[in-house]
Amino acid sequence: MNTDVDVLAAAAAWRAEGRGVALATVVRTWGSAPRESGSHMAVDESGTFCGSVSGGCVEAAVVEAAAEVIRTGDSRSLAFGVTDEMAWEVGLACGGKVSIWVERVE
Amino acid sequence: MRIDLLEQLLGAIRERRPVVLATRMPGGEQALLFPMERTATTPDERPWPMDAARRSLVDDRSTTVTDAAGDVFLRPYNPPVRLVIVGAVHIAAPLVGMASTAGLEVTVVDPRDAFASEERFPGRQVVRSWPEEALAELRPDHRTAVVTLTHDAKLDDPALVAALGTSAFYVGSLGSRRTHAKRLERLREQGVDAAALDRIQAPIGLDIGARTPAEIAVAILAQVVAHLRAAPES
Repeated sequence: MNTDVDVLAAAAAWRAEGRGVALATVVRTWGSAPRESGSHMAVDESGTFCGSVSGGCVEAAVVEAAAEVIRTGDSRSLAFGVTDEMAWEVGLACGGKVSIWVERVE
Repeated sequence: MRIDLLEQLLGAIRERRPVVLATRMPGGEQALLFPMERTATTPDERPWPMDAARRSLVDDRSTTVTDAAGDVFLRPYNPPVRLVIVGAVHIAAPLVGMASTAGLEVTVVDPRDAFASEERFPGRQVVRSWPEEALAELRPDHRTAVVTLTHDAKLDDPALVAALGTSAFYVGSLGSRRTHAKRLERLREQGVDAAALDRIQAPIGLDIGARTPAEIAVAILAQVVAHLRAAPES
């Protein structure tokens, strides 16, 4: 369960079980982002997820956004930039920026 | 994303058809594009950027392009990179596992039943035939790596001759410098030209001082990845 295709298969399987599912995809990166564009992460309604869209830095925020996308059905574009190391905000410690598309699997 | 589109996408990937998932931003309309087959599933009347989709497959890289209707995100899915391992020897076992984890589609070739047994490679794709027959069947392409691990000229040599006759992006052969020098001599006598012989990576693998079979597998897989990612985009 580690390639992007595995993540797509998990999303399809979870949906087939009747779970609410969202698919997050890196659509653009700037600078040194840990996952290249096209990387997938699947999230279900309970917050279970597989795959990744960063090195673990923004996944929690994506799970949160995915819950809302699953509830409303409205796709969203998320953007994350550099973390201020002194603050507990979500971001990428590596100095890169990513744009992530989150959509519901209908 | 509609579940039927997702199922179609997974179906195309299983059938090894190069496919691109196109998503209009920010609207979210989607289509599956098959630029190599010049077809697409078209949920709306607007044309989709087929040339850019084809390029994304060739580059094996996602991209966003802008057409008259706005931005389109293109996510290509190529068939998995293949690794053909000639020789179901000890090193093959960790290499099969590691390469599969890395997303490669692995086939082990060995005509010797004792080596190529189900017990030694449970659930793996093992072809029990002579390397030249197996390679003629598997037809390595520019997204295929071939490694020979048998140490046995009867198996390695014909496998190398066959592999060098293809566009495999990586050809590697296990054996010391001395073993490889003798191997080169034999292959030269068989009429393999110098340019082809230069393609053989030997001693195989990145030089990380590997000692155990698992460590040698790491060295080989690392070299395969280096060749895959450094390959000029064509």
